[in-house]
Amino acid sequence: MSSALADVDQADAPAIRFTGVHKWYGSFHVLRNINLTVGRGERIVICGPSGSGKSTLIRCVNRLEEHQRGSIVVDGVELTDDVKRIDEVRREVGMVFQSFNLFPHLTILENCTLAPIWVRKMPRRHADELAMKLLARVRILDQAHKYPGQVSGGQQQRAAIARALCMTPKIMLFDEPTSSLDPEMVKEVLDTMTGLAQEGMTMIVVTHEMGFARQVADRVVFMDGGEIVEINAPLRFFEHPQHERTKLFLSQILHIRH
Amino acid sequence: MASLGYIREAPELEESPPALSSGALAWARANLFSSIGSTVVTIGCVALVAYLLPQVVAWATTRAIWSASNGAACRQHQDGACWAFVIAKWDYLRFGSYPIAERWRVDVVEAIGAALIIWLLWIHAPRRVLGALLFFVAYPILALILLHGSPWLGLPIVDTQLWGGIFVSLLTAVVGIVFSLPLGVLLALGRRSRLPAVRAASVVFVEFVRGVPFITILFMANNLLPLFVPETWTPDRLLRPLAGIIIFSAAYMAEEVRGGLQSLGKGQYEAAMALGLNYSRMTALVILPQALTLVIPGIVNNFIGLFMDTTLISLVGATDFLEAMNNAIKDPVWAGPTIMVTGYVFAGIFYFTFCFGMARYSAHVERILAKGRK
Repeated sequence: MSSALADVDQADAPAIRFTGVHKWYGSFHVLRNINLTVGRGERIVICGPSGSGKSTLIRCVNRLEEHQRGSIVVDGVELTDDVKRIDEVRREVGMVFQSFNLFPHLTILENCTLAPIWVRKMPRRHADELAMKLLARVRILDQAHKYPGQVSGGQQQRAAIARALCMTPKIMLFDEPTSSLDPEMVKEVLDTMTGLAQEGMTMIVVTHEMGFARQVADRVVFMDGGEIVEINAPLRFFEHPQHERTKLFLSQILHIRH
Repeated sequence: MASLGYIREAPELEESPPALSSGALAWARANLFSSIGSTVVTIGCVALVAYLLPQVVAWATTRAIWSASNGAACRQHQDGACWAFVIAKWDYLRFGSYPIAERWRVDVVEAIGAALIIWLLWIHAPRRVLGALLFFVAYPILALILLHGSPWLGLPIVDTQLWGGIFVSLLTAVVGIVFSLPLGVLLALGRRSRLPAVRAASVVFVEFVRGVPFITILFMANNLLPLFVPETWTPDRLLRPLAGIIIFSAAYMAEEVRGGLQSLGKGQYEAAMALGLNYSRMTALVILPQALTLVIPGIVNNFIGLFMDTTLISLVGATDFLEAMNNAIKDPVWAGPTIMVTGYVFAGIFYFTFCFGMARYSAHVERILAKGRK
């Protein structure tokens, strides 16, 4: 892998650039020649049928999965086997998971302050202040001293968003953040994400919430079978999809959801 | 004409449960006298306890011999315990052959150890980190100097061959517990390591140790350990069984901890990595606290087993409490059937007290940790 891209001036570099990325699970070709550039402050929604590789793609951004060919440059740092670079990228990239993955043995406040204290070396008092500010922003300040198991799914997911934000990331990845929520809690999480988008956070969101995509996304990426099939502005994507597979997919999900 | 639709007009009121579905009487009826069979079993058990308990109590108290200078009285009254024997041998049972003039050193070590252990076990005690530091760093050094002696400080050397009794049992148990848990954690982590050499070494160690009886390990530690190290510092006779017990217990501890590690979902690892925590911080702050909490019952079970296993170190020449009791019973001055029974009953009470205490304490910790987490 070339490291020529690795030391590009970070201010000029795009937030994320995938160039010819391939990935295999064993002999299963899960990502095929992915080329995508995410600008700073851009909001990308990735959709597609299950098994299309959308989660795998965003998990490559913070190296929870490794790609085997091509290059991924995040905030000017190319991802390689180099642990230092991986750590560097992970410090700047927040991630929110489908199943929240809060640490059940820590209170919500402690969940939020863990990484700032141990990774950013922030004094505990500063970390506490920051966490309380962000918990207030996701409107669960009153739950700060409870354990994750004591609050609702929607509150857990908002706590998970606050936890990621406590690292003051430049990029946020959302991996189906509302898929394991009860229907009445989806809105509170989407509202939090919309607020974040309005503040200019760079976001990549894997979701089936087409209303969110329409309202928030700058571009919608449609994936199927491990490849990017179509990229378009939301209005065009939903009103005038170009590719046959996009049309089929949209007719299937919109039929169910409306 | 019944309509298929329905609209509630008044709310259902909350009511208290029907009588006799709660309360002591209802419980007894449901659990003790629910059928003829269970009534017979209940009455039978109560009768058995009522018949046996007074006899045991009388044997241990009213009919027992409490003071005597030799076994003659106990030989005459064979229907009661001979506590006079335990009282007369108490110092030997506690210290073994440790020189009488130096026994205060053991008292001091035991008192400090007890205070530090209470400090650490008391969940809400202040400054537990300081307590841990004192217990794991300062205390072992102090204990070694006091127990073994240091001519510089005017403390005569007491060879470990002379150590014995309760104090050796406690020492073995504490040293075993303190070293085997961290070693077991390292082995468990090693077994899940991505580095093949580390993984292989952990697997070989754990499987080998689990594959042989404890006595084998003890004899190996006793006879092989001296061959592996330079002659100038041949391991001490007491150190060898200590090493054996640590090695043995660590292997079992490793498997308990591994069970805990395996029951954590990979989401916990991913969330920790995504936050930028490196391997050691992820392990120490996210993974181990959860994994160890899950396996507290198993770990304490191992501690209890370890405490029982300390009785086996007498096989390689160390004098633990049970061995001291054996020696005391052989004293011809105190020969007699009730004396032997009393000695072993007392030993049983001793081991039961410590093991039951550990079990209750772990249940207490589990309750505290479970609070707030679902």
